[in-house]
Amino acid sequence: MTESIRPAPPSRFEPPSPVSAVLFAAFLAFFTWSLAGAGISISELIEGLPNMAQIGSEMVPPATDRFSPMLDSVLVTFQMALVGSVIGILLSLPLAVLASRNHTPHPLIRSAVRGFVSFVRTVPDLAWALFFVASVGLGPFAGTLTLIVDTIGFCARFFAEAMEEVDSGPPEAMAAIGAGPIDIIACATLPMAMPSLVNTSLFALEKAVRSSVVLGLVGAGGIGAELATSMEMFRYDQSATIVLMIFVLVMAVESLSSHARAKLIGGRG
Amino acid sequence: MAGSNANLNPAGPALRVDKLAKRFDGAAAPVWSDVSFDVPAGQSVAIIGGNGTGKSTLLRCCLRLIEPNAGQVHLHGETLTGKPAGHLRKMRSNVGFVFQKHNLVPRLSVLSNVLHGGMARSRGPRHWHHALASREDREYAMHCLEQVSLAHLAERRADHLSGGQSQRVAVARALMQKPRTIFADEPVASLDPQAGEEVMETFAKLALDHGLTLVFVSHHLDHALHYADRVLGLRDGRLDLDAPTASENLESLRSMYD
Repeated sequence: MTESIRPAPPSRFEPPSPVSAVLFAAFLAFFTWSLAGAGISISELIEGLPNMAQIGSEMVPPATDRFSPMLDSVLVTFQMALVGSVIGILLSLPLAVLASRNHTPHPLIRSAVRGFVSFVRTVPDLAWALFFVASVGLGPFAGTLTLIVDTIGFCARFFAEAMEEVDSGPPEAMAAIGAGPIDIIACATLPMAMPSLVNTSLFALEKAVRSSVVLGLVGAGGIGAELATSMEMFRYDQSATIVLMIFVLVMAVESLSSHARAKLIGGRG
Repeated sequence: MAGSNANLNPAGPALRVDKLAKRFDGAAAPVWSDVSFDVPAGQSVAIIGGNGTGKSTLLRCCLRLIEPNAGQVHLHGETLTGKPAGHLRKMRSNVGFVFQKHNLVPRLSVLSNVLHGGMARSRGPRHWHHALASREDREYAMHCLEQVSLAHLAERRADHLSGGQSQRVAVARALMQKPRTIFADEPVASLDPQAGEEVMETFAKLALDHGLTLVFVSHHLDHALHYADRVLGLRDGRLDLDAPTASENLESLRSMYD
């Protein structure tokens, strides 16, 4: 019996096109140049190792002499994060409706809102913090305002995308009943987008907690100010306590948020 | 077939479609054109035709969920085409629309979904969720669920129902509107034969009990013959069949698919 000729399988790897090869070479060259630009220096790293060991040894044992005021600052940090993210989330909802393709009253309004949200998101939170410290003075209020703006930049975009992604069937059913635009959003779009909205909101809270720690470094209230002071005073044992407190706070918020996520997303409507 | 200048009044046909045409943007040919028919109040009409003949589009155009390009639609004696959004919403409220995919809001309870039908009469938060609804509306919603034999599932989430149960909840939502007419777009297409029969029986019984006009799209020719008084057939971009079911049989209807 003659064996039929089998078609040859395709080659395992496609050779890169000349354009891809040139682009890859250009990327490698730029990356090598960037290593110098990023100040990577093995000698400085080796010289710095004893200092790192020195600071590390001074961090142990962590100090407890300012435990109570530090705890107060941690609480303020969390309060800033909570209030900032909740207000930011609430303000993001109407912005997301205006920025979503399926609910915006006019494409121009959608473009304007998306532009505003992109601008808010592009400016780093530390820049917003400096702006608000200069505007309303040092303290947690400046930090909270920063977190509100930061949350809007994050949530409004993802909320709008979540609203655009919902199945168009139930909103069409509402329109067929004679429901108005607000009824359609409240009855169909929001309940259907809820898992995504809850997820994004909880990520926003986690993000706000981490940001609020850094905001204190520029005088916007919270535990960051304590951390900056202790580092400037060379009280690394106090810094260690603050870092541990931040670690516990972030872990607690992340753990609570995953628990809440599971509960809220699985719940009955 | 009635002309476009006929004197319309609420006692006239439930639905009058006059020289309706639809062409989608970028399409070479219209889906259909020059489609005209009347549906007297209380009549049950099946729309049949092959895939892509525009049956669902026709039903949606009759409620302006899709805008027709030409022609007029009159619902319960009022002209639907050309009306502003507010008036259009008011007119739509008289028609319960049951979709192939049922289109319930998946994360809400069965009761909340049925209560949404109440938006046909008034709007606002009291129709958004069963926790906010008035006692009268909750009771009426339960009555609607009872009519489709699903009152015992009022608290269940809509995405935890079977296909047949979901479709019956969609029928209950349509009843909550207190409609004069029901449009159903392939209501049994996603159901097994038994669930499909149950849903069609529910439609037939409700239409009879409440004196409703029923217009449904179906690929099930036996359903068209059994549950409709009249069959409309779309083929080659036009209304190719308009006949009482009594004068048709399975063979004659199958010819619409040739």
